[in-house]
Amino acid sequence: MFFFILKRLAQSVLVMAVVSAVSFSLFNFVGDPVNNMVGQDATREQRIEIRQQLGLDDPILTQYARFLGNMVQGDFGLSYRIKRPVDELILERLPATLELVFVSAIIALVVGISLGVYTGIRRKSWISRVILSVSLVGVSLPTFIIGIALIYLFAVHLRWLPSSGRSGTVELGWWKTSFLSVDGWRAIILPSITLSLFQLTLILRLVRAEMLEVMRTDFIKFARARGLAERAINFRHALRNTLVPVITIIGLNIGGLIAFSVITETVFQWPGTGLMFIQAVDFVDVPIMAAYLVFVALLFVLINLVVDILYFVVDPRIRLGD
Amino acid sequence: MTRWERFKDNDIVWSFLSSPGAMIAAAITVISILACLFAPLIAPFDPFDPSQISLWDGKLPPAWSDGGQPQYLLGTDNQGRDMLSTILYGGRLSILVGLAAVCLGMVLGVTLGVISGYVGGVTDAVIMRIADVQLTIPGILLAILINGVGRAFLPLELRQEFAVYVVIIAIGLTDWPQFARVARGATMVEANKEYVQAARIIGLPAWLIMIRHVLPNTLRPVLVIATIGLALAIIAEATLSFLGQGIPPTTPSLGTLIRVGNEYLFSGLWWITFFPAIALVVLVFAVNLLGDWMRDALNPKLR
Amino acid sequence: MQFTKLLAVSAMALTVASPALAENVLRWTSQGDALTMDPHSQNEGPTIAMNGQIYESLVTRDADLNLQPELAESWEAGPDGWTFKLRQGVKFHDGSEFNAEDVAFSFERAKHEASDYKEQAKNVTSVEIIDDYTVKLTTDGPNPILPNQLTSIYMMDKGWSEANNVVAPQDFKAKEETYAVRNANGTGPFTLVSRAPDELTVLARNGDWWGEGMFPGNIDKIEYRPITNAATRVAALLSGEVDFVLDPPLQDVKRIEGSDGLGVKTVAQIRSIFFGMDQGVDKLRSSNVDGNPFKDVRVREAFNLAIDKDAIQRVVMEGLSFPTGMITPPGVLGNTPENDPAYAYDPERAKALLAEAGYPEGFSIQLDCPNNRYNNDEKICQAAVAMLARVGVEVNLDAIPKAQHFPKIQKRESDFYMLGWGVPTLDSHYVFSYLLDGEGSWNATGYNNALVNETTDAITTEIDIAKRTQMIEDAWTQIKADMPYVPIHHQVLAWGISDKVDIPISADDAFRPRFAVMK
Repeated sequence: MFFFILKRLAQSVLVMAVVSAVSFSLFNFVGDPVNNMVGQDATREQRIEIRQQLGLDDPILTQYARFLGNMVQGDFGLSYRIKRPVDELILERLPATLELVFVSAIIALVVGISLGVYTGIRRKSWISRVILSVSLVGVSLPTFIIGIALIYLFAVHLRWLPSSGRSGTVELGWWKTSFLSVDGWRAIILPSITLSLFQLTLILRLVRAEMLEVMRTDFIKFARARGLAERAINFRHALRNTLVPVITIIGLNIGGLIAFSVITETVFQWPGTGLMFIQAVDFVDVPIMAAYLVFVALLFVLINLVVDILYFVVDPRIRLGD
Repeated sequence: MTRWERFKDNDIVWSFLSSPGAMIAAAITVISILACLFAPLIAPFDPFDPSQISLWDGKLPPAWSDGGQPQYLLGTDNQGRDMLSTILYGGRLSILVGLAAVCLGMVLGVTLGVISGYVGGVTDAVIMRIADVQLTIPGILLAILINGVGRAFLPLELRQEFAVYVVIIAIGLTDWPQFARVARGATMVEANKEYVQAARIIGLPAWLIMIRHVLPNTLRPVLVIATIGLALAIIAEATLSFLGQGIPPTTPSLGTLIRVGNEYLFSGLWWITFFPAIALVVLVFAVNLLGDWMRDALNPKLR
Repeated sequence: MQFTKLLAVSAMALTVASPALAENVLRWTSQGDALTMDPHSQNEGPTIAMNGQIYESLVTRDADLNLQPELAESWEAGPDGWTFKLRQGVKFHDGSEFNAEDVAFSFERAKHEASDYKEQAKNVTSVEIIDDYTVKLTTDGPNPILPNQLTSIYMMDKGWSEANNVVAPQDFKAKEETYAVRNANGTGPFTLVSRAPDELTVLARNGDWWGEGMFPGNIDKIEYRPITNAATRVAALLSGEVDFVLDPPLQDVKRIEGSDGLGVKTVAQIRSIFFGMDQGVDKLRSSNVDGNPFKDVRVREAFNLAIDKDAIQRVVMEGLSFPTGMITPPGVLGNTPENDPAYAYDPERAKALLAEAGYPEGFSIQLDCPNNRYNNDEKICQAAVAMLARVGVEVNLDAIPKAQHFPKIQKRESDFYMLGWGVPTLDSHYVFSYLLDGEGSWNATGYNNALVNETTDAITTEIDIAKRTQMIEDAWTQIKADMPYVPIHHQVLAWGISDKVDIPISADDAFRPRFAVMK
């Protein structure tokens, strides 16, 4: 166990090293940060001076060492654009993204797993076929089209829900939450549905496939031969055996949700880290871009580490394989 | 038995002919791919040739609505380009980008997977660890990242020109691990079979065994993944272009068309965004349907 | 589908639950947020607009852009500077008194190395405190337009700045944000209540404002929520979530006008859009021909004749632009009815001119264009590509974000580029010194004309207004003949406004809440 975790940790460190090198390279190759910081009528001398002040003329390795040292302390410097510490900005934006991902994950898991189980058990029923066909449409619809369509229908046409933004937040210390007010919930509905749809269809199809496999195994056949009630077979035996892969799904799911939150947040102007990242890309605000990459990589590494360990705990077979 | 009967008896073909969904999907896929590939022959206009475009013809509605003109069946976009032609050309670009990206991922993944499965040992461990690490980061994020970095490394003048290739590489690099895993699995099964062992004993070089005997046997599962991968690659391209990180609007892909058209959503010019969006969804849906059927048909356990 | 039905029912229940509003709250949006609340740190549109609601300058402009007293009540010119009488009894939001000390301090701060306003503030060589409410701003020789140059130099409180360690604007090498980035203490009609950058900024009415009762505005609270995506921004207005959109996309203007309870106001903006052609280099960087065709005035004329400015106005701009032959709009001293009309669209003549100049087959060139700066910038460039193709010039378009586009111009790396120019001083000197003077920092055309250069220098000190105006107009006539640029149009501003509120539109695109009236 100890050796296994150690190995995974080593892998994680490797990933972080690669990611940090990439994010550092951003500083040196993307756009000209100086131009974003000065007004349209600054002179060339002023620009040169700012370059020197920022240390943009130092040797690359010196700059990288400085970057790594600061990164480990969580210091990514000040945003070129809004002149505030980047770590602070990310922490400020984090609740919005995490709450969005959380609600979407719940929707995707609950709806996805129930529909997956249903279509897995009632393989031949026409409802299953409809669900499967619709889910295939779901996989074929790009997130941004879903988002635009939902805004048009529910916000502009029907006027039931806000079209964008995150209104109605309540502050709990530094954490701003949408969960404690009606307006907050109203604002989170459309973006979280948009974000969850793709993952929902993936989960549905994975769970269905998993159910189909399990239903064919000998011990289900045996249970059936023993004359156990269909219900008991489905839920006590079959579903329980699909739970192991569900752990992986949750891991993948959260990862996918965080990745696609970039797109959803852009469409809905949801003030999370993804929107901040895309705005930073437009503005060539390199400190934010770099920090976001490192931060997301860290998040993924952590999720995967947890999933791996859970796996290890839940399914002893893996111990033999490793 | 005639050749046709033998062909019909083939289990996959039988499954195909007995599944109307698969046949429709295949028909849509083939027709749209052909229509797009032969766009220069079919399309009434060449939207990529600026001297054919007249701004005064811009924003015309489809031919059947008031104010539409018969030569522009689906209307024109904000620049005066014929929508039908632009969608065909844009679809062609989307499909080519998708195919190229999948091919890149497939070649890379299958090569590494077969080597990994056949050679085993440290090589296997290293390749599979890299694949694991990459699988932990979702494709679209990685594509945005590779795309962003790739563009950044190119000098400004070349960025527009190479945008298509950067997108292909960005998407292609993100999906090789899937191919590698599958190819490795199939290789390991095959490598233990007697005829491969025999080939090894008579001293055939490893690369020859891999290419002649192992590789063909990995193709079935790889094909399934490639089909689904194509759908995902087309969506990934569209998403990148929608975020403004992909193909430029002078030579638009479907995603770029939707992005530009989205700006006209509230102004009543619905056809500028609606038709490309429908084209994209139908195309991806058909490819997905095909992939879905192939997965079921090629998986003996589910039949 | 049970789920959607459930969703619909709960959504309706939620709508009913929204509380009614008791005070006059104005909710508005535009594309970008202010970068900082520090009034001297960023010389940039949205930042100036936001800070202008909290901070004030000595002199300001009303909605029609006429100069108006703000913190100064009157001013007069002398041979070496201007004397300003300050408004008495003005208090900062923290309660401290505004006086001459603060004026001296604020100019000192605006001229600081780290200030983004040092170019504007350097016109004032020193500030002399005559008494508590009189200051003399000394200039380097006579300066006829000094008050025009002061409208965005905001006044800060010396005591507050010293107490919070912000006597200088934030330095670029600073490792920490300064207090003034998120906190503000001005004299203006609104106070800063809360600020989440790129998310929500809330301002509240300042009951102790000196102008209380002198202006029609009746807004109690302002909520500003920037929305980047244009379609989403319009959706927020159409769905009634905001009362005012500063920058709706032009193509949505008709839809907004046609919606119940919404309206659009338009006005000619003080900003012109044009293409620059580099006639200065010996060999074009992106062309297939040797030498530089732009050195020949006939080629520059052919480019001007090949662009159909009317088609761009009608189709690309939805009618919301004024085609022009000048790179500065009416309202700026120097724009005249003689020079303003656009060069006629004449592709045949353009082809003939290219042939005469030795390019009967045309040539190829790259057009550099921003894609997130001006109204429909990229679409204008795309249209120009098609139009130039018709006279044989093969244009390769490179449309990129402004952050990468502008350095190309500043570093003189572009042969053919789009640029837009606004004129905050409403005087041609601002255009000459940056865009037309041989040394102008934004003149990437290589245009270097003795008459224009001399005029640029001479009008900084000429105080005979009639003579000065004549000099400016003569220079423009010279420029009109030399054609260093391809002028396209002057932009038109369009604001989308709910019928619940009346907001006067201004040609400088600044929202002035002191004139906004909720009904």
